[in-house]
Amino acid sequence: MGNVLAYCEFGGSTLKSSALSNLSFARAAAAAHGGEVIALLVGQGASAAGADAARYAAKVVVVDDAALEHYLAETHAPIVARLAGEHGASVVSATATTLGKDLMPRVAGLLDAGMASDVSKLAAGNQFVRPILAGNAYSTVEVSTDVICATPRQTEWPAAEPGHAGVVTTAPAGDVDALGAVVERIESSKSDRPELTDAKVVVAGGRGMKSGENFKVLEELADLLGAAMGASRAATDAGMVPADWQVGQTGKIVAPELYFAVAISGAIQHLAGMKGSKTIVAINKDPEAPIFQVADYGVVTTWEKAVPELIEEIKKVKAAR
Amino acid sequence: MKILVPLKRVPDPELKTKIKDGSIDLSGASWVVNPFDEYAVETALRLLENGESGARDGGEVVVVTIGPADAAQQLRSALAMGADRAIRVDGEDKALDSRTVVAVLQAVIAEEKPDLVVMGKQAVDGDANQVGQMLAAKLGWPQATFAASVELPADKATILVGREVDAGVEYKRIPLPGVVTVDLRIVSPKAVKNSVTPDSFAYGDGPRYASLKGIMAAKKKPLAEKKLSDYGATPAPVIVEKGVELPPPRKAGQKVDDIPTLVKKLVEEAKAV
Ligand SMILES: Cc1cc2nc3c(=O)[nH]c(=O)nc-3n(C[C@H](O)[C@H](O)[C@H](O)COP(=O)(O)OP(=O)(O)OC[C@H]3O[C@@H](n4cnc5c(N)ncnc54)[C@H](O)[C@@H]3O)c2cc1C
Ligand SMILES: Nc1ncnc2c1ncn2[C@@H]1O[C@H](COP(=O)(O)O)[C@@H](O)[C@H]1O
Repeated sequence: MGNVLAYCEFGGSTLKSSALSNLSFARAAAAAHGGEVIALLVGQGASAAGADAARYAAKVVVVDDAALEHYLAETHAPIVARLAGEHGASVVSATATTLGKDLMPRVAGLLDAGMASDVSKLAAGNQFVRPILAGNAYSTVEVSTDVICATPRQTEWPAAEPGHAGVVTTAPAGDVDALGAVVERIESSKSDRPELTDAKVVVAGGRGMKSGENFKVLEELADLLGAAMGASRAATDAGMVPADWQVGQTGKIVAPELYFAVAISGAIQHLAGMKGSKTIVAINKDPEAPIFQVADYGVVTTWEKAVPELIEEIKKVKAAR
Repeated sequence: MKILVPLKRVPDPELKTKIKDGSIDLSGASWVVNPFDEYAVETALRLLENGESGARDGGEVVVVTIGPADAAQQLRSALAMGADRAIRVDGEDKALDSRTVVAVLQAVIAEEKPDLVVMGKQAVDGDANQVGQMLAAKLGWPQATFAASVELPADKATILVGREVDAGVEYKRIPLPGVVTVDLRIVSPKAVKNSVTPDSFAYGDGPRYASLKGIMAAKKKPLAEKKLSDYGATPAPVIVEKGVELPPPRKAGQKVDDIPTLVKKLVEEAKAV
């Protein structure tokens, strides 16, 4: 007993960067439980990423089956629950991505396990620190079931470093029963920019941008900095930009080196998603906007004036290098 | 069609968080329906009614909470919006965790036999985001979490759910009975479709306000009072809070006068560009 089964998302032949955060959580949990990390890859094509996973964990288990073409909680959860038992796991984890959040409580339900969501720190083997109330407080919870499920938060756990030459084994999918659930289609807003949750720099706009057209100038700034685009809920709800740009309590949680909040007031639900950023810059015409309370640098002005100037100044800095 | 909506009361999210004796100070809190659960009630109502005429052709929306006596107020709010019936299972917040809540909901479902469970994706006090998925697992039902849109065909045998996922929107169809947890955008004007509301119809943004008539009617709607033991549950939480603390405050920032100064500071001070 005492092992940690770490469910890892992958794309093609490599692990997703979100999975690396889970693996660093898994290492910490395994140390506390006196066990080892077992990386688990489930899905059609999982074998291709097995070798990459073996760089991070001494043991890798791959479940690769044509019946697992699309991720479904209904088909993945029973596999994870079964393997948790077979591998003597006392902790089962997945990064708190939308997939991890969909899957892990279902696994917990099957295992009758207690679960800690959005874990930011391990206080002891079965004690987890996690944000509550939209990040306005941190709670330490003790989970007293034999098996514990957890979803570490990507922004709170650094990517695990490679350094293993792990052994990859395969496990059968068993009976795959989707309970009638099917994925009919996925609509994604494709972009060449870095993923919002991985980006070093994020440029986010709010309702004050007034229209999707006006976001173009922010996108120009983003491309200059190699940044990802983000937005407040007010901007996504108004249809100015795609919904998956939303940062916040119900959007994505980001913690880049540099976050630009442009024409965003700074409601607590927005702050919940970006407060962890290293440097925050706010541009807002209202000197009383709450965003200035968390911003390292604030400029009271309109975006119409500020952003084009910002682009010019940064171009100058880049040209001088 | 019978829809069950589990809902939780939460301290008003707009209020400042305070800590007293190692836990969140709720002495002066005002309580509201968890926003996502309010959206779930709205979703359930929209699924059953003709949005244009406001008429409902049968169907029932039952709301259930596990909470203290005061939580009856939040059930009444849901009844005032248009839910038909409510159940309150007596329990103190501290004595509950996801597993206990799930056990009670499972027993309620065994009794009520709803065709669909619609609930919030998370309660914004604990932000756990667990109960819906755990419940679906226990029931052996399919689940569709983080719903930004739902479409109920005329035969009501399945539901098509537009799920907000990191990569965009995933359209997942599940047969009923099943569990749907809702995200914010479920209350946008055209997010909920059934086979009776005309396609051209658009709701106002956000959940409906209770009308005066609705509030009066809610007083007469049935609200059953139950105990945990009625559902074979005991308050034996396996998740216990050991302490809370406020996040470290961000060190005070500075206002800068103009963009050239900003960029200079970003380069030299923050080394961020
Ligand atoms: C349950 C729940 C969950 C939520 N989750 C999220 C979430 O995940 N993410 C999120 O962002 N929100 C979320 N919200 C919404 C949140 O409460 C706010 O409504 C939202 O963040 C406001 O967005 P905004 O700052 O763009 O708009 P506003 O609050 O309207 O602010 C617009 C700002 O733009 C400024 N401005 C206007 N014109 C200009 C100009 N020309 N130049 C410069 N500045 C200008 C104004 O001074 C103002 O400060 C949630 C709400 C609820 C109830
Ligand atoms: N005490 C409760 N009573 C009824 N429903 C609840 C309770 N706690 C949580 N729920 C439901 O479970 C959802 C998810 O809650 P959570 O997993 O705690 O974030 C909420 O939106 C509610 O629909």
